[in-house]
Amino acid sequence: MLIQLRNIEKAFNQGKPNEFWAIRGVTAQFEPQRITCLKGASGSGKTTLLSMIGCLSRPTSGRICLGGRVISGLPERFMTEVRRHTFGFIFQRFNLIPGLSVLENIMLPAYPLGLPYKALRKSARQLLKQFGLSNKADNPVQWLSGGEAQRVAICRSLINNPQILIADEPTANLDSKLSREFMGLLDELRHSGRTILISSHDPEVFASTAVERVVEMRDGMILDATG
Amino acid sequence: MLAFLRKQKYLIDYTLASLLRRKGKNVGLLTVYTLIVFMLASVMLFAHGLRHEAGLVLQSTPEIIVQRMQAGRHAMIPAEYLQRIGRMRGVTKKEGRLWGYYYDSAVKANYTVMTGGQTDAVLSEIAIGSGIARVRGLAIGDYLTLRSQSGDAFSFKITAVLDTESELVSADLLLMAPGAFRHVFGTEEGLYTDLVLSVRNPREVSKVAEKLAKLLPDTRLITREEILRTYDAVFSWRQGVVFILLVGAVLAFVIFAWDKASGLSAEERREIGVLKAIGWETADIMRMKFWEGAIISLTAFLIGYVAAYVHVFFASASLFEPVLKGWSVLYPRFRLTPSVDGLQAATLFFFSVLPYIVATIVPIWRTSITDPDAVMR
Repeated sequence: MLIQLRNIEKAFNQGKPNEFWAIRGVTAQFEPQRITCLKGASGSGKTTLLSMIGCLSRPTSGRICLGGRVISGLPERFMTEVRRHTFGFIFQRFNLIPGLSVLENIMLPAYPLGLPYKALRKSARQLLKQFGLSNKADNPVQWLSGGEAQRVAICRSLINNPQILIADEPTANLDSKLSREFMGLLDELRHSGRTILISSHDPEVFASTAVERVVEMRDGMILDATG
Repeated sequence: MLAFLRKQKYLIDYTLASLLRRKGKNVGLLTVYTLIVFMLASVMLFAHGLRHEAGLVLQSTPEIIVQRMQAGRHAMIPAEYLQRIGRMRGVTKKEGRLWGYYYDSAVKANYTVMTGGQTDAVLSEIAIGSGIARVRGLAIGDYLTLRSQSGDAFSFKITAVLDTESELVSADLLLMAPGAFRHVFGTEEGLYTDLVLSVRNPREVSKVAEKLAKLLPDTRLITREEILRTYDAVFSWRQGVVFILLVGAVLAFVIFAWDKASGLSAEERREIGVLKAIGWETADIMRMKFWEGAIISLTAFLIGYVAAYVHVFFASASLFEPVLKGWSVLYPRFRLTPSVDGLQAATLFFFSVLPYIVATIVPIWRTSITDPDAVMR
């Protein structure tokens, strides 16, 4: 599904003395079934842009289209619907819910769909198997190592079978070896037909052979795009 | 429909897991909440039970009591008043009663003394209430000595201990022959403590009372309805007193619960953000929080109410007994007939469960309508 951004602007605290424009007139397009990396220093606007593409927030002005359909102006309910079915998120700090087991964390995004429990559990277990975590299914997530938590976060992002994966600074809490492994996993997912958007300033990510396109950002604007 | 039910089940599962994650805090809250419901429900059930019981007891009492008044005080009534009343339409039975109080300095308690009614009862025999039997350590066949008005001592053989079923009214009761009563209290023949009249048709009671008031201007007429109302007022007043005593505890709980329910920790805010980011709607989060409030408050209400029911109807309301039950030294020991006032239970439910659920949902609503992108930061 093609993602198109037209003149996107995003302001925080608009109209107040501490008004801040995080994104300033971004126009871009991200092709499907590719890994694209938004590269830039902290505060360059990568995360803000990804959160708007992923329907986590709305632009102050401009349009975001997904497969030709405008999604930036949808009411909250429909935005949630798009987010739930189209996007999977991998967060910088993984954002797993402590106290719940690995399996429960993975099934969490599917709870509002009311799927039959057996089918849901089977899908979650298949994902765990795919990512080599079968023996961790019943462990509380706080027992996991950084790499394991990362893989659980990937499993959770895939439970609703989304077409697009958004990963925000996914390697910030991983060492180089785990970062390379992570990029390998993303490459596999890309080969299975998914579109992947990553924000990162980690060379292990943007210099990875798996990344097909790097978009550099600074001060809320796109500086350069390769690939 | 099936998907909707499954969704609710998932939400409840998640809510239970969330509650268990903050076990210490939630168990503490549940305990205090349950205790409050237990105390309020105990007072309500007990006062209602007493009113109910009093109503049942009074059902067998006469409809009208006639008491002679002298200088504004209750005086003995001559038997000739029965003749003065004569035949009155609607009155099926009329008779004189002898009753009074006897102070027993040995146990510092007042006994209620009544006559058995039979004129041929043996003068030296009495029946005693189970409260008296308890404090004096008496049983059938023992003797109880009472000092008469003139200072003479009379010994009575105990022939019966009154049934514990009727202990609410009979704990401090002494039943003796009319002749013995006149001896002990120095009451002359031809005088009664009061007169009682039975009226078959309840709608005629006020008319009969009106006629009696004209016929016997120096008397006070007490109808059964008035006694019932007095009981009702007395127990409602006592219930009110206990409620006021509990107000402090209730307020402390309200502040505690409001703080717990309405204040969201940074961890909870983050969790809501994560849930929204991974695809939960605002409505799903509200439902989840509704279940959280409902599970805590309903559990507290059910446990508290059932515990109060057991406390009142099976443990004689031992916690509130001194305040609610009586004014006598001889506290009756009895089991109230289980009786629940639906309206009272609904009121307690309304004021204990709903505010908590609302207090849980409102702040969540404020948090959950914001964009979930905060979790990305």
